[in-house]
Amino acid sequence: MTSLAIEIEAYSAKRRRRSAAATTGLLMVMVGVLAVLAWVLLYVAVQGFSALAPSFFVSNPPGNPSALGGGFANGILGSLIVVGLAALIAIPLGILAAIYLAEYGRGRWSNAVGFFTDVLIGIPTIVTGAFVYSVWVIHFGFSGFAGSLALAIVMLPLIVRTTTQMLKLVPDSLREASLALGASRRKTVTRIVLPAALPGIITGLMLAVARAMGETAPLLLTALGNNLFTEVNPGKRMSTLSLQIFDNAISGFKSGQARAWAGALTLVAIVLILTFAARFFARRSRVAQ
Amino acid sequence: MSAEAFHIEVASDMVAAVASDAEPLPEIVVETRGLDTWYGDFQALRKVNLSAAKGRITAIIGPSGCGKSTLLRAINRMNDLVPGYRTSGEILLEGVPAPTDPAGVIALRRRVGMLFQRPNPFPMSIFDNVAYGLRLERRRSRRDLEEPVERALQRAGLWEEVKDRLERSALGLSGGQQQRLCLARSLAVEPQVILMDEPTSSLDPIATLRVEELMREFRDEVTIIIVTHNMQQAARVSDVTAFMLMGEGRAGELVEINRTRELFNRPQDRRTEDYITGRFG
Repeated sequence: MTSLAIEIEAYSAKRRRRSAAATTGLLMVMVGVLAVLAWVLLYVAVQGFSALAPSFFVSNPPGNPSALGGGFANGILGSLIVVGLAALIAIPLGILAAIYLAEYGRGRWSNAVGFFTDVLIGIPTIVTGAFVYSVWVIHFGFSGFAGSLALAIVMLPLIVRTTTQMLKLVPDSLREASLALGASRRKTVTRIVLPAALPGIITGLMLAVARAMGETAPLLLTALGNNLFTEVNPGKRMSTLSLQIFDNAISGFKSGQARAWAGALTLVAIVLILTFAARFFARRSRVAQ
Repeated sequence: MSAEAFHIEVASDMVAAVASDAEPLPEIVVETRGLDTWYGDFQALRKVNLSAAKGRITAIIGPSGCGKSTLLRAINRMNDLVPGYRTSGEILLEGVPAPTDPAGVIALRRRVGMLFQRPNPFPMSIFDNVAYGLRLERRRSRRDLEEPVERALQRAGLWEEVKDRLERSALGLSGGQQQRLCLARSLAVEPQVILMDEPTSSLDPIATLRVEELMREFRDEVTIIIVTHNMQQAARVSDVTAFMLMGEGRAGELVEINRTRELFNRPQDRRTEDYITGRFG
C-alpha cells in the first residue's frame, strides 16, 4: 500500500470507531428518554384502566371518599368549560399580540412586550392563582370563571411566544411577493403569513391548552372545586379534572387513589385527542403537496 | 430649378432622413429625476436619472453593490419596509409623481408588478397563486376568476404544463416553472410595468431562455425594467441599457444609458467601456 492509502486507512478506522461510539451514545440517550416517557404513560395507563369503568364518565365522586366507585363526570365537564373559557380569552389576545410582535413591532415598546412575555412564562402558577384570588375572587367569590382567568394568564405568554416564533419562520420573500402585488400589510398577514404558519401555531396552541388542562395550583385559589354535584355555570365554584385528581390522590383512601389514577388517564387521553384533532385540521387546511 | 425650390427639396430630404433615423418618440412610463436614497447614513443612490419607455425592455447592469436593486425597489417603494430608508428626488409614472402615502403605494404596486431573484410562489395551489392579486381588489367567484387566471398562465407560457393540475400546490413545480408562475401572478392584475430583479439568476440556461422569450413576447403591452448581473442577457433581451457604478462613498450612480446596441458597441463613457470589456467588475 502507498503511504497515502495507509494514512487514509488509519484515519478512516479512527473515524469509524468514533462514529460508532457517537451513534451508540445517542441511541442510548434516545432509548433512555423514550423509556421514561413510556414508563410514565404505561404506569398511568395500567393504574388508570384498572380503576376505570364506564360509570366513571357519567357519575360524580361519592359523598364518602372512602367508598368505592363513582366518577369525575363533573370534573371532566368542569375542565372543558374552565379551560375552554380560558382558551377563548387567551387565544385571540395571544395571537394578536404575536402578530404585533412579529409583523409590526419595532423598537423599545415591542422589546418591552417581548420581555414581559418571557417574565410571565417564568411566574409560578400558584402566584398567578394568588393574583387572581386577590383581584377577583375577593370581590366576586370563587368561580369557574375566576379559574379561567388564572388559566388564561398561564396560557397567554406561551401562546404569544410560540406564535411569534412561528410567524417569524415564514420567509420574508412571501411577504414581499404579497406586498409587491399591492396587498396591504393586513391582507398580507391574514392571507399569506397566518395560513403559512398555521400548523405550527396550532401545535403551540395545543401545548398551551394541554398545559392549562393539567394546572391545579391556580385553580385551588380560584375555581376551588365542587365534588358534590355537576355545575355548568362558570359563575359558581366548579370542579375540574385536575382538582379532583389532587383531592382524591391525597385522600388517603385506596378507593380515592384509584379514582385519581382513572382521572389522570382521562386527562392524558383528552390532551392526546385534542392534539391529534388539531394536527388533523391543520393538515387539512393546507394544500396537498 | 429655382434656388428657392432647391432649398425646399433639400430641407424636406433632411426631414425625411431625420424621421427615418429616429423612431416615433417613445412614451416614457417610468422616470426618476435626481433620485437619492439612503439607508440610515449610507447613501445608496446619488442623482439617478433613469427613464424607461413603453414597448421597450430596459436593462440595468453594473457590478455587485452598485445600487441596481435599490433603484428597482425604489420604483415600487419596496424599500419603504427597510428601517432608516429615505429618498429624495422625483419618481414619475406616466409623467405623474408616484404616490408616497400608504394607500397610494398599494395602488402603485397594482400597476407596477415585480419579479424577484428567487421564485417565491405562495404555499397554496397554482390557481390560488395566480388569483391572489385579483382577489385583493374584491371578492370574486371561482368561475369569475377562471378566465383571467387562464389568460395570465397562457401569457406566462405555463398553461399547457399546468392546466390539468391547477389545484395542486405551486411548490411542486420546478424552479423555472415557479418563476413563470410568479410572472403569471404579476401579469394577472394587468400591470403597466414589471420590475425584474435578476429574475433568472437561480434558473438553469433553458429555463432562462424561456423567461427571456416571454419578455420579448409581451414587451409591447408591459414596460419591463430588468436588473441583471449578466451582460449577455442584457445584450440579448433589452432595447435600452443603463450602466450603474459605485461612485464617491460607494453611492450608486447611473453612468450611462443608451440603446443597448449603442452602449455595447460605442460606449460614451470610459468606465462603461472598461466594464463591458471586462477590465473590472
